[in-house]
Amino acid sequence: MQNQEQIPKLKDLVQELLDEALKQGASSAEASLSSDKGLSITARFGEVETIEHHQDQGLGVTVYIGQRKGSASATDLSPQSIRETVAAACSIARYASSDACAGFPEQELLATRFPDLDLYHPWELSAEEGIDLAIACEAAALGYHPDISNSEGASVNSHQAVTVLGNTLGFLHGYPSTRHSLVCSVLGQREESMQRDYWYSVARAAEDLQPAREVGEKAAQRAIARLQARSLSTRQCPVLFAAEVATGLLGSLVGAISGGNLYRKSSFLLDALGRQIFPEFIHIHEQPHLHKALGSAPYDAEGVATHARDIVAGGVLQSYVLSTYSARKLGMQSTGNAGGVHNLLIDPGPDSDDFSSMLRKLDRGLLVTELMGQGVNMVTGDYSRGAAGFWVENGEIQYPVEEITIAGNLRDMFLHLVAVGNDVDCRGNIRSGSILLEQMSIAGN
Amino acid sequence: MSILELARQSILTPAGLQDRDIDRIMGALLSVRVDMADIYFQSSHYESWQMEDGIIKEGSHNIEQGAGVRAVAGEKTGFAYSDRLELPVLLEAANNVRAIARQGQEARSAVRVAGHWPQYYAAHNPLQSLTDQDKIDLLRSVDRETRKLDPRIEQVIVSLVGVHENILVASQDGSLAADVRPLVRLNVTVIVEENGRREQGSMGGGARRGYDYFIDQERALQYGREAVRQALVSLEAVAAPAGNMPVVLGPGWPGILLHEAIGHGLEGDFNRKGTSAFSGRVGTRVASPLCTVVDDGTLPDRRGSLSIDDEGVPTEKTVLIENGILKGYMQDKLNARLMNARPTGNGRRESYAHLPMPRMTNTYMLPGQHDPEEIVKSVKKGLYAKNFGGGQVDITSGKFVFSASEAYLIEDGRITRPVKGATLIGNGPDVLTRVSMVGDDLQLDSGVGTCGKEGQSVPVGVGQPTLKIDELTVGGTSL
Repeated sequence: MQNQEQIPKLKDLVQELLDEALKQGASSAEASLSSDKGLSITARFGEVETIEHHQDQGLGVTVYIGQRKGSASATDLSPQSIRETVAAACSIARYASSDACAGFPEQELLATRFPDLDLYHPWELSAEEGIDLAIACEAAALGYHPDISNSEGASVNSHQAVTVLGNTLGFLHGYPSTRHSLVCSVLGQREESMQRDYWYSVARAAEDLQPAREVGEKAAQRAIARLQARSLSTRQCPVLFAAEVATGLLGSLVGAISGGNLYRKSSFLLDALGRQIFPEFIHIHEQPHLHKALGSAPYDAEGVATHARDIVAGGVLQSYVLSTYSARKLGMQSTGNAGGVHNLLIDPGPDSDDFSSMLRKLDRGLLVTELMGQGVNMVTGDYSRGAAGFWVENGEIQYPVEEITIAGNLRDMFLHLVAVGNDVDCRGNIRSGSILLEQMSIAGN
Repeated sequence: MSILELARQSILTPAGLQDRDIDRIMGALLSVRVDMADIYFQSSHYESWQMEDGIIKEGSHNIEQGAGVRAVAGEKTGFAYSDRLELPVLLEAANNVRAIARQGQEARSAVRVAGHWPQYYAAHNPLQSLTDQDKIDLLRSVDRETRKLDPRIEQVIVSLVGVHENILVASQDGSLAADVRPLVRLNVTVIVEENGRREQGSMGGGARRGYDYFIDQERALQYGREAVRQALVSLEAVAAPAGNMPVVLGPGWPGILLHEAIGHGLEGDFNRKGTSAFSGRVGTRVASPLCTVVDDGTLPDRRGSLSIDDEGVPTEKTVLIENGILKGYMQDKLNARLMNARPTGNGRRESYAHLPMPRMTNTYMLPGQHDPEEIVKSVKKGLYAKNFGGGQVDITSGKFVFSASEAYLIEDGRITRPVKGATLIGNGPDVLTRVSMVGDDLQLDSGVGTCGKEGQSVPVGVGQPTLKIDELTVGGTSL
């Protein structure tokens, strides 16, 4: 309960920061404090490899002098550091230009109710227990198949954090949260072919983690499946994004409808509000108050209340992803997304297909399980990335493929989305099942 | 004042710590049988200024300080850190960390000052190299001059970043090493629009210097001109080809090829563990005889340079590949010890809160004999790639990608139409065997590289002369 007990003290410090800002001439200010601690343990070949004790703290302050803004942060929470950090922020604000859109959220948008989202589940993990768990996870991988030849180890990570946010409009709130994970990465070798793959599980509560054995076996299974991969000849074909990479496609959607990219005119979905950007059966929504979910938050980075809403309904874009500033630049209102989205979900398709039915739907084409590189142009939607996965015929995996690229334009890819599976990956802030696209260009040998 | 004294005064003195306190922490670490131990102190001041929509929109300032304490026994590492530079906190960290080792008695060593090592940059504080007003004026002039260049410019974003970092590393052998590391960067991004089509261009640069670096030779204005040029070229770009073809890479930043395809696979940790596609291949041919590749932390003022690495080891110029033959790996202390090799000054960490590992500094290929024009002329149909965004590698399978941000078709030995950004993909251990021509025009990048590995980011440099690769997969949409 150590973290919860810190909250009153951290609230006092946030109040001190705000008072100091006003004292140094700010007309208004926002401040935050965070304190995290954690333990990471890695085992390799049955022995502990690293034990890392984490302990971080930080303060951040944003001041406004009229419509001019300055920010500063520091890791030292002492009174002297508070004074110096505020002074640095004020000094920057004096040099910044006056910006009509700068400033706080509208008072009525700030959160006033703070539902308990069940985000805090501390894990009293001793180093010994952590070592045993990591060893068990890796052992499951090493014993999975004779072709498993090497290991990067397995690790257990446990973190707890508390963050407090306040502003001079009277908002002052903090809450604790936890995040635990189990990761395993192993190599397989068959003849000249060597491949590595990994799997992980992450949750707010330790009891919600996938069992260590399953994580290890899944890592091994993935590494083995990739052995003796070949390239493909250059072609066009349908592409199925496995759930773990489909979330990245939705990440590109979030980028394109984010206020910052919109007002800078660096998005391929400029003026797309109210337009059909997906087929009619697509529904995408944000659910910030899901209990125990990894992206849940009662309010955003500015204290604006978060609420469940549609992003895409019937394939039509319903809402952008906005902070106070970007909203004002666009003549709109904050959507509670300063700092990003909170649990974005795409509904599985009408027939609610599992992964094997999605493979049958793909019939003949490419299943992508890994993407490489940053080849996504947010301004034009042009998409070209390195890929690895499997060639599929008659709805069945034939052989692993690698050293290919997949290319298209995100605008077309979204519009020609064929199906979404119910094999949802819940490990991140964006949740998606596998996604089938009508066609992409594959480049290979 | 010596570098060591500067670092002491900026990190230890404000915290009320002295050499004898370091000695006590080290004593706690060495009270058990360890092979290696170190304490890494760091203080870092960071500032950034951003101009957008023609106004100074925001700035930020960040002060970080802390210490990381590490003990290594065999292949086992214990690590703890704290942002509170207080003796009891650091002693507690040391007590946590030494649990990694079996009990046993080791001789205690006292802190003593290490010898001299060369400095590859001056110990400035770049944040004070211009007044705040002059920083603002610099941004405004870049914004104003860039906007003048073309009526199709819709948006100009100029950012300026400076870091002043002091580090102090105490090692179990009693050595104490320090470094004062300035780093500056300026970036210009423009959006242009014509007939409803929008494109972006971006150019930046930096060095381990003060902000005057951007005023010298009008560098900042030059970045603006270059960003606009790239964006306007993109307005004309057609779909990129898809498939295997000869690729000519321009000089400078395209050296990211070496970083991804070769560099990561030659880092000591992956090779000790046998997880790299290059494991066990020292002495074998991994590139055409035209290729000699080095990692060089000693280039004056470069973004990727370091006088000492984050384990206190002086950096060097390490030959990775000589005339096509793999010569050696980049090492930190831990991996060097376990591989019976010598540390090469490549032990780097993002901060006190991260463990060091083998990382690149400035990685580049030495120049060859060919005239760059002659190289382009030799290609009947292929791709000329001039600028790149980021890249990535899977060190085990050896597959790497890097994404072109500016590329052209080569038709009958001539550079013709610009094509849209395409990702290039290849296999690290054999891509350099297909290098058939190396230009005489070695260039280093402008100082913008950041490398990520296991969640840690560090500044790096790359470079190369014009290169011809006989066959590489180009990931366009035009079949």
